[in-house]
Amino acid sequence: MPEEESAPVAEPLDLVRLLLDEIVCVKLRGDRELKGRLHAYDGHCNMVLGDVEETIYVVEDEGDEEEVKTVSRKSEMLFVRGDSVVLIAPQARSS
Amino acid sequence: MENGNTSQSEGKDPSGFLGEITGNPVIVKLNSGVVYKGELQSVDGYMNIALEKTEEYVNGVKRRSYGDAFVRGNNVMYISADS
Repeated sequence: MPEEESAPVAEPLDLVRLLLDEIVCVKLRGDRELKGRLHAYDGHCNMVLGDVEETIYVVEDEGDEEEVKTVSRKSEMLFVRGDSVVLIAPQARSS
Repeated sequence: MENGNTSQSEGKDPSGFLGEITGNPVIVKLNSGVVYKGELQSVDGYMNIALEKTEEYVNGVKRRSYGDAFVRGNNVMYISADS
């Protein structure tokens, strides 16, 4: 890797490193989200999260109206395979 | 043959472009159609992206904002300089 004036975030995964032991929000493929404490990750974005809440967004078609419902489940410890990861961020502030 | 390392003509290869626009506002579109606008912190060879002051747009409507965001490269459709 070429070194660029040792910026705090020299490469994108450094940002994830800064989130270790923090509560993160992870967007996954298939309209899913995880919120939990980041215990470990690797270069594939495989991750281990603790005290996780998974939220699944389901669009229900009721005639004309589309309703977005959420289903959530909790888990103490979760391993996420990296290929389903879309985005990793510090705990989201929804607006 | 002139391939590989182009130290002079950086504007002519894609990663040179990405190097030029780091630190600037960008628009990142994912294959899912979701758009992220923010300041480009860094990019790597997988096209993993770190953004700052990120705003998420779904169908052109702002959904959320993130202080920092890491986007996994395989989801990226394009990265565009935001004027």
